Amino acid sequence: MFFWSLVLIAVGIFSSFIYGRSRIKLNSKKQGTKSKSLPNYYAQYVLMWCLFPALIVYFSWAIFQEQIIQNIVISNFEFIEGAAYNEGLLLAEIRNVANNPSFADGKSVEIINAASQYSSLRQISQIAFYLSIIIIMLLGALYASRKLKPEFHAQHTIERYIQYILIFCSSVAIFTTIGIVFSLIFESLRFFAEVSIFEFLFSTEWYPFIPIREGQTAAEGSFGAVPIFAGTFLVMVVAMCVAAPLGLLTAIYLAEYASQRVRKIVKPLLEILAGIPTIVYGFFAFVSVAPFVKAFGQSIGIDASPTSALAAGMVMGVMIIPFISSLSDDVINSVPQSLREGSFGIGANKAETIKKVILPAALPGIVGAFLLAISRAIGETMIVVVAAGTAPNLTGNPFENVTTVTVQIVVALIGDQEFDNPRTLSAFALGLVLFVITLFLNIIALQIVKRYRERYE
Amino acid sequence: MSNSKILANGVDVYYGSKQALFGISMDIKEKEVTALIGPSGCGKSTFLRCINRMNDLIEICKVSGSIKVDNEEIISSSTDVVSLRSKIGMVFQKPNPFPKSIFDNVAYGPTIHGLVDSKNELEEIVHSSLKKAGLFNEVKDRLNEPGTSLSGGQQQRLCIARAIAVNPEIILMDEPCSALDPIATAIIEELIDELRLNYTIVIVTHSMQQAARVSQKTSFFHLGELIETGDTKKIFTNPDNSKTQDYITGRFG
Repeated sequence: MFFWSLVLIAVGIFSSFIYGRSRIKLNSKKQGTKSKSLPNYYAQYVLMWCLFPALIVYFSWAIFQEQIIQNIVISNFEFIEGAAYNEGLLLAEIRNVANNPSFADGKSVEIINAASQYSSLRQISQIAFYLSIIIIMLLGALYASRKLKPEFHAQHTIERYIQYILIFCSSVAIFTTIGIVFSLIFESLRFFAEVSIFEFLFSTEWYPFIPIREGQTAAEGSFGAVPIFAGTFLVMVVAMCVAAPLGLLTAIYLAEYASQRVRKIVKPLLEILAGIPTIVYGFFAFVSVAPFVKAFGQSIGIDASPTSALAAGMVMGVMIIPFISSLSDDVINSVPQSLREGSFGIGANKAETIKKVILPAALPGIVGAFLLAISRAIGETMIVVVAAGTAPNLTGNPFENVTTVTVQIVVALIGDQEFDNPRTLSAFALGLVLFVITLFLNIIALQIVKRYRERYE
Repeated sequence: MSNSKILANGVDVYYGSKQALFGISMDIKEKEVTALIGPSGCGKSTFLRCINRMNDLIEICKVSGSIKVDNEEIISSSTDVVSLRSKIGMVFQKPNPFPKSIFDNVAYGPTIHGLVDSKNELEEIVHSSLKKAGLFNEVKDRLNEPGTSLSGGQQQRLCIARAIAVNPEIILMDEPCSALDPIATAIIEELIDELRLNYTIVIVTHSMQQAARVSQKTSFFHLGELIETGDTKKIFTNPDNSKTQDYITGRFG
């Protein structure tokens, strides 16, 4: 249904464009004056008045139709509080019968009646939908065509409309972010209604299993997220131990030593590292690095588990090298040449110049790059899901299994559980913590980078 | 008659395939101020940067010919560039203090060259360099503040102090006053006059009045060639070459 309505709208905007164009030419010829704008702008004006009201109708139908029909159908039924037979199941059954009459066997009369009501309501809605789209397009075109006079500044109006469209597009991302934040906050509040926030933030026992049925003998769940934060931190530290020196030294080489030719080849190659899907890093960590870490651990007498913080952290470190090297390279490059000349002019050699002049000057930017890399590392999911394990160990030993915030969110959401118990809701609380941490890191990093830029440009 | 300090002979410079200097030969005397003048793009800065091998930093720049400093050839792959540059200080067009404290800016050179053994000695060098650059009285109470917090003229004098802290014999100045206001310029010019007693100074300048005020010798460059060189007084009153005459009277450039 919605496909053919898109075709309808396409035909509408095409003909409105042609109509607007020929109409303004006709009108200006009739009046014997030249129109204020080019004919195309008048055509676009008609087009917009045709298109946008139609789109609004289209989307509101898409959003509300099903909901309204369901409400009408369901209003015939009465529900008893606490009955096992709830609205969702009933609706699913009605929809099944309506879509496939062979399911009607053995169903109660009420359901069969409701199903036929459901089908007929859908048919009515469909006809009404097409009619209203056609009418609204005609009305839009009619309104616009009244303005098709040579003295009308179509171009100014079009430019204003385009500005509205641009504002709308840019606000989509912002409002989505705000929506995500609010959904995180509200779902987290539901979680904290059942689990105290102090237990969540400060208790060291993470055992997110709760009895599903009344009277089940499973242990009470406990939701102390400290081991999870500790695991995240441990993996992040390992990753930064790998990425910070490698990334920074790479950046120094690229910015200060490499010739133009080498730079042109190496920099894009490094940036490819950032483009590898993280799940690929994940199985590389699990298949190649983790066994190596285990073997290495055994050779020095440490009992390493098959998945470990070290394996995940090392691979994650490789993953974030390009963030650090690429950003640091940019900052080092933007240290003014005059400082290098000043240092060389006194007789400093290259190493002294880099150590004592360039790096101190670039330090704020480099710190910014590190913080961005850290926030990327703690938000990373797939590598740790595959290679770090899921056991909430409170340990500082990188050879052991650990788990991270992102892994626990995945674990909490796997399986078809409803969002009505602390186990699944814990995902939102963890997500909120993660969001707050990365948000702060990003803000700090951007502030540092900004302050640095102000100083040298 | 003083001795010659820098002796250039047939210096050619190429940027890629474009020739920037054509056979420059020049004799720069000890403890004098030599001014290099000429219109923009005439090669005077390029020549200045040959003297301390600063052109090495530009990948496509090729220098040939001979420059002798104290009778030692410096246009050669065996030249020790680091010790050459510690003997030849340089002050740039735009003040370029390091993003460090005033003290550390001046201490940078002596530290990397290992000229000092103790903290007291370093302090002494820093203080005396700042005094020689005429900056000490203005900054003695705030040596730990960043060098970039000073005014433009003070920054330039800080750069001069930084250059003389390693005890060079020659100071190269590449339009040291072009980014400064007239008062700061006057202070620097006065300073150059004092420094002349102890150092050989080569200064590139766009201002002919400045050349006339501070220098004893003047060389006029045009389109990569050295047109005329001689006593400043003579160049500005009675030049031999008609191009020099045209330039100093403002007919081009």
